[in-house]
Amino acid sequence: MTDLGSRQQLEMAIEAEAAALEAEGLDIEARSMRRQTWDRFRKHPVAVVSLFLLLALTTAFWVGPWLSPYTYDQVLAGLPNEGPSLSHPFGTDQIGRDLMVRVFTGGQISMTIAIVVALLTTFIGTVIGAVAGFFGGWVDNVLSALTNLFLIVPGLLVLLVVAIKWGGGVYSTAVILALLAWPVIARVVRGLFIQFKEQEFVQAAIAAGAKPGRIMFRHIIPNTFGPIIVNATLAVGAAIVIESTLSFLGLGVRPPTPSLGNIIQDYRGAIDSDPTKVLLPGLFVVLITLCANFLGDALRDALDPTSRRGH
Amino acid sequence: MTAPLLSVKDLSVTFRSDDGDLTAVRGMSFDVMPGEVLAVVGESGSGKSVTSLAIMGLLPRSARVSGSAMFDGRELIGADLKQLRKIRGKDIAMIFQDPMTALNPVFTIGSQIVEAITLHNDMSDKAAWERATELLNLVGIPDPKRRVKLYPHEYSGGMRQRAMIAMAMANEPKLLIADEPTTALDVTIQAQVLQVIRKAQAVTGAAMVLITHDLGVVAGLADRVNVMYAGAVFESGDIDDIFYRTANPYTLGLLGSIPILTARVSDKLTPIPGAPPNLRRLPEGCPFRPRCVFATEVCHGSEPDLMAVNGGRHRSRCYHIDKVAEARAGSTV
Repeated sequence: MTDLGSRQQLEMAIEAEAAALEAEGLDIEARSMRRQTWDRFRKHPVAVVSLFLLLALTTAFWVGPWLSPYTYDQVLAGLPNEGPSLSHPFGTDQIGRDLMVRVFTGGQISMTIAIVVALLTTFIGTVIGAVAGFFGGWVDNVLSALTNLFLIVPGLLVLLVVAIKWGGGVYSTAVILALLAWPVIARVVRGLFIQFKEQEFVQAAIAAGAKPGRIMFRHIIPNTFGPIIVNATLAVGAAIVIESTLSFLGLGVRPPTPSLGNIIQDYRGAIDSDPTKVLLPGLFVVLITLCANFLGDALRDALDPTSRRGH
Repeated sequence: MTAPLLSVKDLSVTFRSDDGDLTAVRGMSFDVMPGEVLAVVGESGSGKSVTSLAIMGLLPRSARVSGSAMFDGRELIGADLKQLRKIRGKDIAMIFQDPMTALNPVFTIGSQIVEAITLHNDMSDKAAWERATELLNLVGIPDPKRRVKLYPHEYSGGMRQRAMIAMAMANEPKLLIADEPTTALDVTIQAQVLQVIRKAQAVTGAAMVLITHDLGVVAGLADRVNVMYAGAVFESGDIDDIFYRTANPYTLGLLGSIPILTARVSDKLTPIPGAPPNLRRLPEGCPFRPRCVFATEVCHGSEPDLMAVNGGRHRSRCYHIDKVAEARAGSTV
């Protein structure tokens, strides 16, 4: 059946198609993954601004207190409730501490908590969602029940109770928040896994001799990066807000360690007389949350290699 | 005589469902010799894809598989996963129907071929990438050095299927299973991809099970043909037996449904009347009886066995082989 004539025919057919493809101009420059991702990301100017703003804020939060001549708990005698001045750009607080160094240190702590929460929720949520979605059956039943249990728990109430017993520290606050937030990501990831495990490329991977672990982590997870990262960035925003709320209620980070929330709490009585001192830390909360959300949206696009926006 | 590479005996597959059990494959038996191309032909629901999935162990857990599939001295049905993984991709490779969904969208074509290679070979990354490029060249992808770094969505449909074929060839398997390899492609591309499959098969010397509903594909590639209906083989024979010495009414019906370039305008296509049977409730006797123009009283009794035609390897599941042969001789097809 592989006589000489048909072999020649086939070589010719292949060459003909090759030429046609070349002519069609299908020669998209082979760009690296990183380059393509960045190209797609650049198409969202708001997100680019958000990214730089977040980087600037992060730098300010970490470097600012270190450069400042004051520390966040240093009481400057005779200087309570100062207005903004050159030596104290944000003014001083009721007992005479430099407010700028307090807001920046508070930002540092709030951001640390938010990032730890985002990493923890993403990790727990992804693993539980992936295992539940991939294996299905009783594994899924047990894990989904657990996920739903955590979802229906009235979060703020638990936070109040738990925070009284274990709260106060930076990391304990982060862990408590993470334990309440992971089910959202777990549900998203589970859905994605159920969707992807039926896809033919997963069958193809099994047919190629890949093991379940490899199929889950090498073949399916990369397909879910987009939604996972979007949810992680949304979690950063949400965590900043919840941490502030908790600290505002006196159940999060305990003074004298500052956080954006407990600084707002310090000034809640002065909202009429000295509004800038409440609004400043509040502004940072809003900025971080907004930037994180814009960033997440753009990343969803940029991390999807099938998205055509970059071309 | 050499031993068969794949020997399937009495393979049955039943799916449990709420409306009762559905038997998709009923006691299939066939052999594939080394280097041979066996086409499995039939309508949708005839059990042709399920057969190949059962051999690969890719059926969902709800499927009950019985019978035997000996591959190169190893039993595949009920084999443990560890053993199956060693065979899959290395000794038996699969070409899927739709290359868009069978390739992972987030990895480059190259990295997917490299994975197929390194799963079964101790090979440096560099060597594997070189081999991947070489494979793409072999299946006729122009400028493979650059295209190896592209993503599936940057390939055309035909190129994707070529890449799938390259991946299947990666470990020089002894058996290729191609499940409707051209169905998802444009008609103009189909012929080219078939040529590539033929080349891949010739280069690796692999045997092939070619699943298709397209008799044109069969004519171009196969050495032997199994015609399936209602989960069983209805006719089995060399390609010339099937096309020129047809001995089964169902095969005759399939052949009558293909347009022929040399036919006169007045020659109408003759479709097979009716629809494939409900696999949950097969008709009594021969499952093809309700649609068969040759059916008589005897067809109501019990299902005919696969009977030898003229003594050779050509076999047909029909009580009226002689009448079919007569009709075959008289027709213009």
